[in-house]
Amino acid sequence: MINTIYRLVSPKQFEVTYQEVDLNERQVMVRPTHLSICKADQRYYLGDRDPEILNEKLPMALIHEGIGEVVYDPTGNFQVGDLVVLIPNIPQEEDDFISENYLDSSQFRSSGFDGYLQEYVATSPDRIVKLPSSLNPEVAAFTELISVCLHSICRLEKVSHPHGKVVGVWGDGNVGFITSLLLKTIYPHKKVIVFGKNLERMSYFTFADQVYTINQIPPGLTIDEAFECVGGIKSQSAIEQIIEHLSPEGVISLLGVSEYHIPINTRLILEKGLFLYGSSRSGRVDFERVLDIFQKHPLILSYLEELVIEKVRIRKIEDIKEAFERDVSADLGKVILIWDK
Amino acid sequence: MIFAAVLAGGMGSRMGNEEKPKQYMLLGNKPIILHTIEKFHIHQDFEKVIVLCPKQWINYTQDLVDKHIGKSNHIVVIEGGNTRNETIMNAIYYIEDNYDIDAEAVLVTHDSVRPFVTHRIIKENIECALKYQACDTVIPATDTIVSSQDGVTIQDIPNRKVMYQGQTPQSFRILKLKELYHKLTDEERMVLTDAAKIFTLNQEKVYLVDGDVTNIKITYPYDLKVANTILQGNR
Repeated sequence: MINTIYRLVSPKQFEVTYQEVDLNERQVMVRPTHLSICKADQRYYLGDRDPEILNEKLPMALIHEGIGEVVYDPTGNFQVGDLVVLIPNIPQEEDDFISENYLDSSQFRSSGFDGYLQEYVATSPDRIVKLPSSLNPEVAAFTELISVCLHSICRLEKVSHPHGKVVGVWGDGNVGFITSLLLKTIYPHKKVIVFGKNLERMSYFTFADQVYTINQIPPGLTIDEAFECVGGIKSQSAIEQIIEHLSPEGVISLLGVSEYHIPINTRLILEKGLFLYGSSRSGRVDFERVLDIFQKHPLILSYLEELVIEKVRIRKIEDIKEAFERDVSADLGKVILIWDK
Repeated sequence: MIFAAVLAGGMGSRMGNEEKPKQYMLLGNKPIILHTIEKFHIHQDFEKVIVLCPKQWINYTQDLVDKHIGKSNHIVVIEGGNTRNETIMNAIYYIEDNYDIDAEAVLVTHDSVRPFVTHRIIKENIECALKYQACDTVIPATDTIVSSQDGVTIQDIPNRKVMYQGQTPQSFRILKLKELYHKLTDEERMVLTDAAKIFTLNQEKVYLVDGDVTNIKITYPYDLKVANTILQGNR
C-alpha cells in the first residue's frame, strides 16, 4: 500500500512524499487522529538547529506526540477502532538495567526517522498502548510529554531521601506545569512550589502550594527536591538558584533541553552533597504509568485540558504550517492538530 | 452497509503494452491494482471490497491478493462488465446476491489505477454518500477548459472557476443507483462514461468531495513513470 508522508524538507517547508508499506508484515496500521507539537519539532520547523544537524535529519516527518485509531492489525493485539497512544521511542534491543529511552541503539520518531505526520503510522504492537474511550483525545495527544515528566519524577524516588517535604519546580512553561501538577497529584502531602518568570502564566498554576517569580524568592527558602524545566540558556540561572536553595543531600532533576553548554557550580554541589540527574524522553512503562494516573486521579485531566489552547484541523499542507506558526507564539499551552489529511 | 468496488475492467489499450492491462503493471514493488485494493482493505468501514476485473484476469488478481495480503474474506474478485457502468452493476448484483441491503447501503467505486487515493478522501466519500445519496471526487480545474464540437475550432471556453476535474471515488446509495440506471434509455446508457451521470441525467444531485492533485490516474506510460518517480524518489 502507498502511504502518504508529510515531511519537513527545509525550515518552514513541508512536502508530500510516498512510501510503500507492506501489509503482510506483522505491523499494526494506525491512523493518526490528534497530534501535538513539541518544542523539539518547533526547533526543526524554525531551523533553530545547527545546519549540519538539519542537513543530516531533513527531510523528515515531524511530530512525536500523538494518538490514533487502529485501522488494521494482522498481529491480533488490537481491535479495529481502538484508540491508542503512539510511543515514539523504538528500542532495538532489551536491557535489564538501562531504560529503553537511554539505549544508544534506540531510535526516536521525528528525530532519527519519520514522525507522525503521515496518513498511516505502521508500528509494531508494543509501540502503542490502548487508551480508554472516555479519555479526552486532545489531552491524550500529549501523553508523550506527560510521560517524559513522569519518567523524571519516578527516577527521583531512586535517589531522594524519605524526609523530603518541599519540591521546587523551576519553569512556567508546559513542562513546568505538567511536572508540578503530577508532583501535587502523586505526592499530595508534599509542598510544591513553582518558580517562574511570568506572573500571568503562573496564575494558571492554581494547584501549586506556592508560586514565586524568580527575582522575588525569599532568601531563606529551602527546598528538598528540585525540577529544572526551563531549558535554553536560562537553564544556567535556574540551576544556580536551585543549588542555592536546595537543602543538604537534596536532588536536582534536569529536564530542560538546551542547545548551549551550561556551566554549573560544582563547588556547592559537592559542599551540599547534592544529587543531580538528567532525564529525557520516556519508554512504554512511563506511558502506562500516565494512563494509570489518569484513571486513579481523573481530576488531573481537567487541569491538563487547560493546556489545550489551539486546535487546528489539518486538511492540507498549509494547515500544518499554520499549526506550527500558532505554536510559535504560544507561551504556555499546546497546539493540537486534528488530523484530517 | 458500505461496500467498495475497485474497478479494474479496462484492458489498458492506452498503455502501449497490450499483453498486460495497465492495472497489473508494477508501481514500486507491486502491481498498481494491489496498492489500490490495500487502501480499501484496511478501511474499517467496508463490509466487502469487490474487485472487478476482466474474466481472464480473475485468477491472476486473486493470486496477487492471496500472495501479498493473505487469504481474506474481506476481498472478493469477480468479473467486470463491458462498460464502466456494467462493471458497477456487476458489483451491485454481487452485493444483492450475498447481502440483504436496505436504502442506506452505499457503494464506493474507485478506479484501480488511482493508487494514491487517501484515507481522508475515502472517508469523506462514505460520509457524503450516506448523507446525500451520491458524490463525486473532484479537484478545481487548473487548465482552462475548451469545448469544441468539431475538433477544429473552439465553440466555447467555460468559466474555469466553475470547472472541476473528476477523479474517483464516486460513491452512491446502491438501490438508488440501480433504480436510476434502469430508468435510463439505451441511448442514454450508451453515452455514459461516468457513473455520476446516471444521477445527473435523472436530475438527481451529486455532491462534491475534495480530491487531491496527487490522486492521479495512471493511464499512459508517462503516468506510470511519474508515479514510480514519486514513489521511489523518497527512498
